[in-house]
Amino acid sequence: MSDDVLRIRTPIGIKYQYSAGPRVSSHLLGLMEGRFVGKRCPVCELVYMPPRNGTCAKCGALLGEDVEVSQRGTITTFCVVNVPFLGQTIKIPYVSATILLDGADMGMQHLIQEVDAADVRMGMRVEPVWRPREEWQPSLENVMHFRPTGEPDAPFDSYAGHL
Amino acid sequence: MREVAIIASAQADNTSTTTSTPVEMLIPVIQQVLANASMTKTDIGFWCHGSCDYMTGQPFSFVSAVDALGAWPPIIESHVEADGAFALYEAWLKIQTGEIDTALVFGNGRSSSGDINRILTLQLDPYVVGPLWPDDRSIAAMQARACLESGVVTERAMAEVAQRNHRNALTNPKALRSGDHSIEALMAAQLVADPLRELDCPAHADGVTAVIIAAGDRARSLVARPAWIRGIDHRIESQNLGNRSMTTLPSAALAAHKAGVGNDKIDVAELHAPYSHQELLLTTALGLSESTTINPSGGALCANPMMSAGLARFAEAATRVMNGTADRAIGHASSGPWMQQNLVCVLEGE
Repeated sequence: MSDDVLRIRTPIGIKYQYSAGPRVSSHLLGLMEGRFVGKRCPVCELVYMPPRNGTCAKCGALLGEDVEVSQRGTITTFCVVNVPFLGQTIKIPYVSATILLDGADMGMQHLIQEVDAADVRMGMRVEPVWRPREEWQPSLENVMHFRPTGEPDAPFDSYAGHL
Repeated sequence: MREVAIIASAQADNTSTTTSTPVEMLIPVIQQVLANASMTKTDIGFWCHGSCDYMTGQPFSFVSAVDALGAWPPIIESHVEADGAFALYEAWLKIQTGEIDTALVFGNGRSSSGDINRILTLQLDPYVVGPLWPDDRSIAAMQARACLESGVVTERAMAEVAQRNHRNALTNPKALRSGDHSIEALMAAQLVADPLRELDCPAHADGVTAVIIAAGDRARSLVARPAWIRGIDHRIESQNLGNRSMTTLPSAALAAHKAGVGNDKIDVAELHAPYSHQELLLTTALGLSESTTINPSGGALCANPMMSAGLARFAEAATRVMNGTADRAIGHASSGPWMQQNLVCVLEGE
């Protein structure tokens, strides 16, 4: 029995070419210019930012026209990350939040920094901190994080329909 | 058993590459099949999807396909990690339970996202075969070689299969590949995986197929001539290639028997045989005679959209029953190395 093979290593490597699709492409190209470009559903008229996979899941429709939304937004919900994990690059505790940019109907995920985690709250107004322009890629990582603007908090009713 | 029929289908143009996301590819086809049945999404009782995460390289990629359906208000849906034809089988069973009367089934895949011949290696036994990395063509070539050596097929018969399918595809605007080739030219073509030549191998494609099925009088109320599913059966052989016959397809023969293929004459058979020699094995296993027209669409040799090529065969067979060119037809789907799995469906007009 001691000669039994208990495990083998069989490495697997497959290369894929990911295609963003024409609708997400306009969003990614916007990020190359420091702009937040979402898309409007032609059926329900909600503005998706980012435009997910080019579709409105509610209507089963292809998203339509580009809509540039504001650089400012509201934290609709958030969590404080206290648990260390392999590959963690940010010092804990830190905050991951859903941010509803002004003019968008869907929240987007991003980091909240330059504020104590204990002070982050629903309704807090935030703005992006962009990396230096020469580092920009077609990626939401062009934004290092969001930080508080210091504006008064948005009233709950203003984002209650977007939670 | 409840009577169930295919009442509508739609297919995307098969392409060798596309820049759209898989979900973007789905939406026009879902909308088209609903329009073809004069239905809206609220008329659909059940949605069932076939696809494969290995095609996209993204775990749970099938979840995003629900975005193509407009799942609000909520819908009842399911997914199989298989060709959409197997999703049709699940939907047929669901209708048998009496819970629903209508179902929309669809299959999709973008073969061009990666090297499909290599991706298909991952369906092999991961301990003693997979680590050798035989690609799909090499595995099929081994089978073709065994068939030639044993005399169950000839190179000329394989060329005739390739010739007929490519000629048939000339009238199929959805096909990826078509042409009028002489037997001599086909047999003189360069080998790509001895004894297979390029036109003996499937034309892997990016594609989508959607089909609507409905029960009894609901089907009759929606279309003039539904394609009734008179028999449907799915059989599977060992995954271990060493346990398999290389020159016969016992699972296909059993599925055909259970589905009642031999009960009457078959006018049209749409067979999902990815390689030319496999169509010959399948014709024998199904007991088809020369009076049956095989693959009027051009079959998988001319467009093999992974994860929807089987459902496309069902759609092609059903279309011919619905438009009256066939009274009795077969839709067939396969999957796995050497056609490990076979799903046979007998469709009839009324």
